[in-house]
Amino acid sequence: MAQFRESSQDRQQNQAREEDQELIGAQQPVDQGLVNDTDDILDEIDSVLEENAEDYVRGFVQKGGQ
Amino acid sequence: MEQRIFGIETEFGIRYSMTGMGQLGPEEAARKLFRPVVEWGRSSNVFLENGSRLYLDVGSHPEYATAECADLTDLVRQDKAGERLFEKLADQAEEALNRQGLEGKLYLFKNNADSAGNSFGSHENYLLSRKAEFSRLVRFLVPFLVSRQLVVGAGRVHPSGPPQINGAPESGQPSYSFSQRADYVWEAASSATTRSRPLINTRDEPHADAAQYRRLHVIVGDSNMSETTTLARAGMTDLILRMIEDRQGLDDLELANTGQALRTLSHDLTGRTTVELKDGRKMSGLDLQRLYLDAAVSYTDQQGAPRPETEYVLDLWGRTLDAIETQDTSAIDTEIDWAIKKKLLDRTAEKLDADYSHPRIAQVDLAYHDIKQNRGVFYLLQAKGLARRWVSEESVTRAETVPPETRAALRGRFIAAARAAGLDYTVDWVHFKINQQIALSHSCQDPFATEDAEVEKSIRAMQDATRRDQRAMPPLI
Repeated sequence: MAQFRESSQDRQQNQAREEDQELIGAQQPVDQGLVNDTDDILDEIDSVLEENAEDYVRGFVQKGGQ
Repeated sequence: MEQRIFGIETEFGIRYSMTGMGQLGPEEAARKLFRPVVEWGRSSNVFLENGSRLYLDVGSHPEYATAECADLTDLVRQDKAGERLFEKLADQAEEALNRQGLEGKLYLFKNNADSAGNSFGSHENYLLSRKAEFSRLVRFLVPFLVSRQLVVGAGRVHPSGPPQINGAPESGQPSYSFSQRADYVWEAASSATTRSRPLINTRDEPHADAAQYRRLHVIVGDSNMSETTTLARAGMTDLILRMIEDRQGLDDLELANTGQALRTLSHDLTGRTTVELKDGRKMSGLDLQRLYLDAAVSYTDQQGAPRPETEYVLDLWGRTLDAIETQDTSAIDTEIDWAIKKKLLDRTAEKLDADYSHPRIAQVDLAYHDIKQNRGVFYLLQAKGLARRWVSEESVTRAETVPPETRAALRGRFIAAARAAGLDYTVDWVHFKINQQIALSHSCQDPFATEDAEVEKSIRAMQDATRRDQRAMPPLI
């Protein structure tokens, strides 16, 4: 589990802070070319979904949590 | 309080879907998921070097509790880091199961309900001043929490209409609700969590100086996939808490029936159905949220908004209420979970020439919450620019190992030093201990503290020992 190993924390923390300030200010433009491509995203979703939709939903049963 | 500690605890749903015959239940799947964690920390309840806690909760739900964050953007990032850690654990577990000949796929869902009417939560923690009178705070906060779902709900499909009061499926027209969780929450505040769920759990565990602070534990919220919706959820709630703590600008909107109002508002996408207040007035979800937003806007105009995120939170809040009022979600459908999902469901229904009772619709609803980035529907939308990001992926990756700038930073460094030195340690939110070594054991009551001379001394001592004695160290996993 590589992510459980130590890291050089302080340097990274500073980097993260700088980036956040930039992100908060900037509205990220959405690529209109992609947005309009409706069929494209529906096809992509179709390709990753399990074939049996009812089984996918009904098979998801948990014990209650909090 | 202007300064506040935030945390989110997420219970994930788990399913192993076998390719062939046979079954592997959620308990076994969760045990498999946690095997590397147990190897790492000799327990299925561990604190990590990023200050967070990872554990198996009631009902075998894998759970991630973010470290204490003093900053809203840190909270968003730490919440996403938890998803990424579980995504990797799920990949490992799936590989191991397939190697064993149990072919299938492991799914982790960040949602709040399964197909059998079981619910699991997304619990928010807010640190409050002990000076706030708790019963008054609850009375003023509950109507906000009841109506907040119009803005920050994760959305849920009901193929045969809203569920009955006991959670049994209804046989009505297919519908969509703002909230996943609203159908499972019953009363305003109590100490119960599983049998009769309240909006606010009154268990007072501040994990801090109890003379100064208390904890507010909100358990009515939906788990959010959208970073901007997560930000709005905590950001809006923080503002309302500040106003209640300052006793400013809020009308008493106590509801006649909390549980009923929660469900009525969740299942009313027009935002216009009214619920009754204790004083006899009738208000809709939009009425209630407009009052809170207007009050928050004038409060921040007068008192200032020390958080850099506030302007965006207020703007998104307003745009979402406008979208409901005009029934046009185009200004929020990349930023608010229920609207992002609904847009996709509407397109899917159109393509299928079907309504929300079609099995594919319920499937897309659930798949939206799959945390695997190359398969989960939310992440496919995000990759196409159809779900807006608030933090960079690089900063989420760092947050998997780097704690936020709070007491979590001390905890993280303590854990890292103890592990490097090969020492047995016991850590919780407040205590950092090396077993059987009182000199290296500490209690840190200030959750805002990023420095503590005594803890630093112990960390240095462990680091020195590590450098002097490299060869005597046990191998690190």
